Amino acid sequence: MAQIQKALLIDISMCIGCNACQDGCKVANNLPAGEEKRLSPTAFTALEEHDGRWARRLCQHCEEPTCVSVCPVGAFKKTAAGPVLYDAEKCIGCRYCMQACPFRVPRYEWKSTHPRVRKCIFCSERLAKGMQTACAEACPTGATKFGDRDALLQEAAHRITAEPGKYVTKIFGQEDVGGTSVFYISPVPFEQMGFDNRLGNTPMPVLTMSAMSKIPNVVTVGAVMLGGVWWITNRREEVKKHEGSQKPGSTHQNQDHQ
Amino acid sequence: MSKFTFPRITFWRAIATLLITTGVIAAILRFTLGLGATTNLSDEFPWGLWIGFDFLGIGLAAAGFTIVAAVHLFHAHDYEPIVRPAILTAFIGYSLVVLVLVIDLGRPDHFWHPLVMWNPHSVMFEITWCVILYTTVLSLEFAPIVLEKFNMHRPIQWLHTCSLPFMILGVLLSTLHQSSFGSLYLCVPNRLHPLWYSPLLPVLFFVSCIASGISMIILETLILSRNGRTLLPPALRANLAKITAVALAIYLVIRFQDLLGRGGARYLAQWNYHSIAFYFEIVVGFVVPLVLLMSSRVRNSRRGLFSACLMVLAGFAANRMNTAITGLESWPTRTYFPSLIEILIMLGIAAIGFSAFSLISGYLPIFEEEPEPPRVSDEPWLQNTPPAGA
Repeated sequence: MAQIQKALLIDISMCIGCNACQDGCKVANNLPAGEEKRLSPTAFTALEEHDGRWARRLCQHCEEPTCVSVCPVGAFKKTAAGPVLYDAEKCIGCRYCMQACPFRVPRYEWKSTHPRVRKCIFCSERLAKGMQTACAEACPTGATKFGDRDALLQEAAHRITAEPGKYVTKIFGQEDVGGTSVFYISPVPFEQMGFDNRLGNTPMPVLTMSAMSKIPNVVTVGAVMLGGVWWITNRREEVKKHEGSQKPGSTHQNQDHQ
Repeated sequence: MSKFTFPRITFWRAIATLLITTGVIAAILRFTLGLGATTNLSDEFPWGLWIGFDFLGIGLAAAGFTIVAAVHLFHAHDYEPIVRPAILTAFIGYSLVVLVLVIDLGRPDHFWHPLVMWNPHSVMFEITWCVILYTTVLSLEFAPIVLEKFNMHRPIQWLHTCSLPFMILGVLLSTLHQSSFGSLYLCVPNRLHPLWYSPLLPVLFFVSCIASGISMIILETLILSRNGRTLLPPALRANLAKITAVALAIYLVIRFQDLLGRGGARYLAQWNYHSIAFYFEIVVGFVVPLVLLMSSRVRNSRRGLFSACLMVLAGFAANRMNTAITGLESWPTRTYFPSLIEILIMLGIAAIGFSAFSLISGYLPIFEEEPEPPRVSDEPWLQNTPPAGA
């Protein structure tokens, strides 16, 4: 996996809310045109306005994606270049991904009788051709910048230190839920832009694995214990039976409860 | 079928027929129009009433593995008379849960995918496999009852010879998926309200299912012991109630120790949508029945036991619904209430469950006085079971 991971850097201070990113995204992904204010099955990205600033929402393409870990049939996968992809042919429609996504990103085609989960795919086909994502290409101000993950992180840190006071000192996505492929820097605290401040830096799948990893132990210890209890109580009964046959009528299997 | 007579129309049969009919119509609508048109599920609430119902069904069916473990693994033969009702309850419960899951799936035609497309990291995957395997084990445990009806003793003997590993497997599978329903929510600490989110969710789900499963079977024995038939001597019924009380007490200790240890006191001090739901759940469903069941007068009174067990089930239902729905809502901006079709499908399926229990227990030897398999019939000491009508 020597492939260099790609990422996006979104600078909230530079966004003018022109919606070119969503338009470009819709063209690239063959989605019906028309401005949408929220993520939907037909809008893989959307600009959320908070007091004259815009937070662009899209799949964060986590380093350790919760959706990949929770999907019972493995319909999601994290690719080496960064994108998290979805395979509708596998999907059974349990919607655990939607329930589990820390960023509430996946959308469902509720109106369809053969619904799919819909979300940003990081223009993975364009990436394969060496192109940048459609949203980054469309952005007229450079608020969304496409690049190598490491280089973008350096640039984000550089922008924050170059102009002290302009940004809050946090690159959202650098470490949150174990790191993502979409970074944000913001002039105001992230909570004010609708970001969830309860996420923490632990990847969510780790929380699940802490319970799942105990399963082999529960099974082996449980099996031995249950077998043992069966053996002991069975033996006890046999002894009772033996005694009973020697002294008929003197014992009773239920004496404990009488 | 030559002696077929039209069944008498009673109040409950009429209700059940009505509910099943409307449920089937609602299900047809759900499949033809899709989830969006027929449910209140949304991108904000991708899981709703049906998932809560699955939790309930599985939890109420928990008696299947606890009673089998007590009687066949721990050799508490006194409880033999309730093994078959417990297995039947579990079998019906699990079948209905599978049915609801298929209705709930966005692509029911893909329901078989987890069998061939594996993701061992997924709790949902583990639950799917556990439920499939455990339903298989339950049908093996149930098979002798059917075979007995048709006097096929040889296969019963075969089943009996290899029953021990299957029973152990059944208990283990139950332990795993009962707790895993709690594990489903481990990855949403930012979404589930702290009054319900806990790293110990799997443990809490497991302990509470023991209380609810046993309460369910106590209620069954109380209801089915009418009409001059006593399924289980009152003393043993009271013992089951004691086990329920112990499970409730353990549950409360773990729940509060964990909640307070993680700084939950401030949520308890609030008085809002979530804390009201929490207090209702804990007081009505756990504390009051615990206090009631600690008194031997209640344990030995039909009415007292009935109300206490009903409260346990109510508390259990509240807990699961709160975890699945209330705890994920944020009042008053983001809430969920099921649609009429969601409710009708759920009621229809519940009605199918009750009808199936009543039909099957009418045709198959579920309440036999001596359900001993043929292997032990030549051991005279086993015939000394106490008279059932104490």
